Amino acid sequence: MRYKNLRSSLVLTFFLFFLILPLSQILAQDDTLPPPPPTEVKAGDTPNDNGHSITITWKLSGDDGAGKKNVVAYEILRSESPTGEFVVRGMVPAGNNTYQDRGAKEKEDKNYFPPHKDFYYKVRAKTLNSYSESGVAGPAVAYGQWFHIGKLPVFVGTLAFTIMVLAFISLARKGKEFYVRPLAGIDAVDDAIGRATEMGRPILYILGLGSAADIATIASFTILNRIAKKTAEHKTKIIVPCNDPIVMSVAQETVKAGYLDAGRPDMYKEENIFYLTSMQFAYVAAVNGIMLREKTATNFYLGKFYAESLILAETGSVAGSIQISGTDELAQIPFFVAATDFTLIGEELYAASAYLGREPLLLGALKAQDLAKAIVMLSLALGALAASFHFGFFLKLFTVQM
Amino acid sequence: METIGIWIAALLTLGIFSFLYKDNPFYKFCESLFVGISAGYWFVTTFWQVFMPKLADNLVAGRFYYMIGAIFGVLMLLRLFPKIGWLSRWSLALVVGTTAGLYFTRYLVSNGMVQVQNTIIPLYVKGNLSQTIGNLVIVIGTFSGLIYFFFSKEHKGAFGGLAKLGIWILMLSFGASFGYTVMSRMSLLIGRMDYLLGTWLGLIH
Repeated sequence: MRYKNLRSSLVLTFFLFFLILPLSQILAQDDTLPPPPPTEVKAGDTPNDNGHSITITWKLSGDDGAGKKNVVAYEILRSESPTGEFVVRGMVPAGNNTYQDRGAKEKEDKNYFPPHKDFYYKVRAKTLNSYSESGVAGPAVAYGQWFHIGKLPVFVGTLAFTIMVLAFISLARKGKEFYVRPLAGIDAVDDAIGRATEMGRPILYILGLGSAADIATIASFTILNRIAKKTAEHKTKIIVPCNDPIVMSVAQETVKAGYLDAGRPDMYKEENIFYLTSMQFAYVAAVNGIMLREKTATNFYLGKFYAESLILAETGSVAGSIQISGTDELAQIPFFVAATDFTLIGEELYAASAYLGREPLLLGALKAQDLAKAIVMLSLALGALAASFHFGFFLKLFTVQM
Repeated sequence: METIGIWIAALLTLGIFSFLYKDNPFYKFCESLFVGISAGYWFVTTFWQVFMPKLADNLVAGRFYYMIGAIFGVLMLLRLFPKIGWLSRWSLALVVGTTAGLYFTRYLVSNGMVQVQNTIIPLYVKGNLSQTIGNLVIVIGTFSGLIYFFFSKEHKGAFGGLAKLGIWILMLSFGASFGYTVMSRMSLLIGRMDYLLGTWLGLIH
């Protein structure tokens, strides 16, 4: 009897163990049970912005990355009062504990985010079948900042560079002689113009596809001015087909100024500086035609160039023209190096304008650039040494938060 | 109708290709057509994508400060009248000056700060020879490249040697870039050949 009871108890225990354990596990994984809610929800103004954003942070739900690990996302809800209706503003995947509630700055915009207004936030942890909500955080107010602290290195860099430029310009104006190393491409300009004059053929000047605001185009305008002056002195025709109407306007003014400097305003012909089209390959097709029909003796390609660089340079080469090129577009420099006689690589294009012009303004800027490069080289060498010994100070100096 | 379109496109492609032989009337026709149509297309695109949304729509919405931009735009058009054409220089000065200023900070960050930031790397990585060599190449390459672009000193002696190393490294990178770009141009040519031989003549499928 005793043994029979013991046996029954063992059977019952065995049965209960294997029945209750899986059941408890099934219940434990039941997604209909809400997860623990996010805690420590905080809402505050997003720093370094224009005042149309609030940042919300929270502590992850107990089931996110731990516990049942079944939290899939967090929804961020916003209301204008703590007891009012909360609407969903956004969602982030599980594992994230920050959200920026951003909006537009235009009042007419549907997603306008008013600054200086109280907002309240809740964070909802979501599983596949249930959710739980945090307590209300707030009020939080968005307001704009006048200064972006993360961009301080840019401000310091700009200020320091401006001071250097002004100081060097002032020195140049006082008559200080600045040395600029020779640039092969620019030294060849006089020969190239002389060749065109001797052959009685025109010079073709291409400013590239950049806008009038591109630095390469601006540098090219200065070189164009010097070349226009020389062509006026040599009574050689210069043709400048443009890809952009504003570039054309500036080019006309630039060439006109060059002819005035040479004392030959009567020789200036506006129709030689003209607009073709803004479409890249249509422009190339037309310039290629000009090269062969006008039989240009010298071609200058100075400015911003893209895929058309090799097509232009190859056609000029086939036409037998002397070609001088220069661009700051890294992908196009190899083509110019291969297909033209002289190439100004990257910054040499900017330096060329100062080298040709010898004007205090340009020379001062060039000298300031060199000093800035020297500072960068020094920082680079010291920074690499510091990084080798695990000092992060130099890296922080150049870190910019956007 | 589609067949006519394919024939026109194929003949115009051949017309442009004929330039490889020499300049000829067929090429001149294709060139003029291309330039004329593209200039017209750009005018219409600029009207609908720039003039209307950026000026007209804003003025209609009551944002009258956009009139400042409109006035500068009108000043640009005064170039058509020689006597008062000089007024267009104000617009040109605004465009060139403002955008150059805006670009300055952008370049300072992307070409300056970020570049330097990515070059401040350890010269020696313990237990990783390949990374050590890679880091040395980056640091020495950047340093010597900067020396090449230093214009205030003649490239002579040790300075000249470093500058020469800089231009060698630049040429190596240009060589790699050349090969990469040639490959992408080949794909463009293959695309046109595919159109001529496949879509037009139906010789390849």
